Amino acid sequence: MATITLHDIELEALNGMLAAYRGYVDGSAWRNLCLQCHETGGRLAALWGTDARPEGQGFLVHSVLIFADHWLWLTYSAGNEQASFPDISDIFPAASRPQRAIYDLLGITSGAADTRPWLRHGAWSPTDFPLRHNFDRPIIAPGREDPYPFIAVAGNGVHEIGVGPIHAGTIEPGHFRFYVVGDEILRLEERLGYTHKGIEKRFESFTLPEGTRLAARICADSTVAYAWAYSMAVEALCGCSVPHRAQWLRGLLLERERIANHLGDIGALSNDAGLAFGQTQFALLKEHWLQTNYQIFGHRYLMDTVVPGGVVHDMSHKSRRHIRDECETLEKAVHRLQVILDDHAGLQERFLETGRVTMAQAQALGAVGLVARASGLARDIRAEFPGLPYAALSVHTITRPQGDVAARVAVRFDEIYESLRLIRAILSDLPDGPLVGDCDTDKGTAGLGCVEGWRGEVFVAIERTTLRHAHRVHIHDPSWQNWLLLEHAVIGDLVPDFPLINKSFNLAYSGHDL
Amino acid sequence: MHKLIRRLIATGIVSTPKPPAMELTPEAFESGKALVHRLGRALAVRHVDAGSCNGCELEIHALSNAYYNLEGLGIHFVASPRHADVLMVTGPVSRHMVSALLSAYDALPDPKLVLALGDCAIGNGIFDANYATVGKVSDVIPVHITIPGCPPAPTAILGAFIAITQADLVPSGTV
Repeated sequence: MATITLHDIELEALNGMLAAYRGYVDGSAWRNLCLQCHETGGRLAALWGTDARPEGQGFLVHSVLIFADHWLWLTYSAGNEQASFPDISDIFPAASRPQRAIYDLLGITSGAADTRPWLRHGAWSPTDFPLRHNFDRPIIAPGREDPYPFIAVAGNGVHEIGVGPIHAGTIEPGHFRFYVVGDEILRLEERLGYTHKGIEKRFESFTLPEGTRLAARICADSTVAYAWAYSMAVEALCGCSVPHRAQWLRGLLLERERIANHLGDIGALSNDAGLAFGQTQFALLKEHWLQTNYQIFGHRYLMDTVVPGGVVHDMSHKSRRHIRDECETLEKAVHRLQVILDDHAGLQERFLETGRVTMAQAQALGAVGLVARASGLARDIRAEFPGLPYAALSVHTITRPQGDVAARVAVRFDEIYESLRLIRAILSDLPDGPLVGDCDTDKGTAGLGCVEGWRGEVFVAIERTTLRHAHRVHIHDPSWQNWLLLEHAVIGDLVPDFPLINKSFNLAYSGHDL
Repeated sequence: MHKLIRRLIATGIVSTPKPPAMELTPEAFESGKALVHRLGRALAVRHVDAGSCNGCELEIHALSNAYYNLEGLGIHFVASPRHADVLMVTGPVSRHMVSALLSAYDALPDPKLVLALGDCAIGNGIFDANYATVGKVSDVIPVHITIPGCPPAPTAILGAFIAITQADLVPSGTV
């Protein structure tokens, strides 16, 4: 592989769709490059650890940084005994929770002040580290749960409200701790990890192609984004090329997934703000959309449609016509409903200025995806680092400067229209050719994949290992960054507005907890 | 407002006929009969996500859209297990959800009918028992009805609800 010198260190250019370089760094370069990235408006894409002691490399900590025109995968050698790495949460606040998770899973310390467990509750003991290669206690009875020290707010009239892990509706499990005076929220602290299923460990028991099914079942509402990001990483690792037709069909599937989720969210937001009509209407539009998915691709949520090397389903002329007609009907229906929602004073009163995240906050906290765009940050992998088919379609990045619930609704509306445009463009220019390319998944050493899912950038890193395990997979959901923003968005808002604000973010639990 | 009303009229009634009831095991059948006997032909369901990927939840949400007419059949989701006739559990049961699941089960009134929804909840999913996951719902609480699928279609979920509410109408094994 080609090596280049960039940022004064020697880097190796990685295969694949992303302009990515990899380098091994010492402690000062580790922090300096993070600082450089932060100062030039870049962001942290992911941060994780691995146990490379079997290969004689000790524990490793990896960070992936996104600069304006390239990606940097930094690997820091954390040592064998008492492994540790330099804290970067002062530069990227979004690094704090991944750093705590690295300790929970591998026992590598970061030197940050916050040493509370993050993914570990009571399922394994503080002296067990499940991602270590010699962790051999596969089944441990659920232990006694240690009390979790929330950072409390004290003062006259301050009241504490705990919610979850089981919520009142059909929602994924997580705990929210509010500190309030009257109805006003002074502080919110999240506690996640309830749905931690040991997914990264589970990947070790599958071959790379088999792992695609697991990747598709980490976070069902983003199954296309996950399967595509995973496949992209596998393809980068083994240097396999994907036929054009497959790339275009992947784009179509991803945009269908985006529209399905946006329709559902706009309906739910309208319901949370007291307009049940919106919920009824948008839920029906979504249902029809899902039924088309089932008819043409065999699954309502498009699971198992993307595989390493390409896609599973082809499209007949009849299906193409069906989708084209459906897009036209949907566009009209959404327009009509948007007018009603925009004109509804009661609804707008709830949406406007609620749950505000300023652009400065979004920038400082490393926001990504839809939430970042609704706070004025033009972050969209499809436009920033376009691979096929997006390079040929030139995606228009939708932003809004306000950063409130209304802005997140507006971004969703405009993204539905933009995705409909993309689907039409894909249908009219769909290249001919095979659906799957050959992938020799036995070769290659490392690969990255990243896809702009409806929620934000879904990131996957795969690294081949020489010994016991064939490879290690790391998955990063955009919710890792955006959960932090939610804590800031609710400050000063009312407790009854929390469900609305939370829904306007609609972050992943299972995708985050792994 | 006139636009909203026009849209309501244009939408009309979209609900589809109810799907056939699923087949129940004799135990589930007896529990269903006891429920109907005591409470009549309505069903209150409390859902607990025990580590699901959110796929089953998407279909539970879909079940509430106008197409499936869930509440028209007397079936509704409730906010507390204390108000529920049936506990419906999804996911392979992450160990971190075990104590919350047990609390919900404790709060469920007799006959404590439990429905395991989806391949993961019934132990046929992609997650195995490991340091973080128990493996299936029946390893934690007794399960009466299982609905396979990844995720199960809304009509499959509805079929199970209908079977429970009709358990007094037909003899065991023929529902």
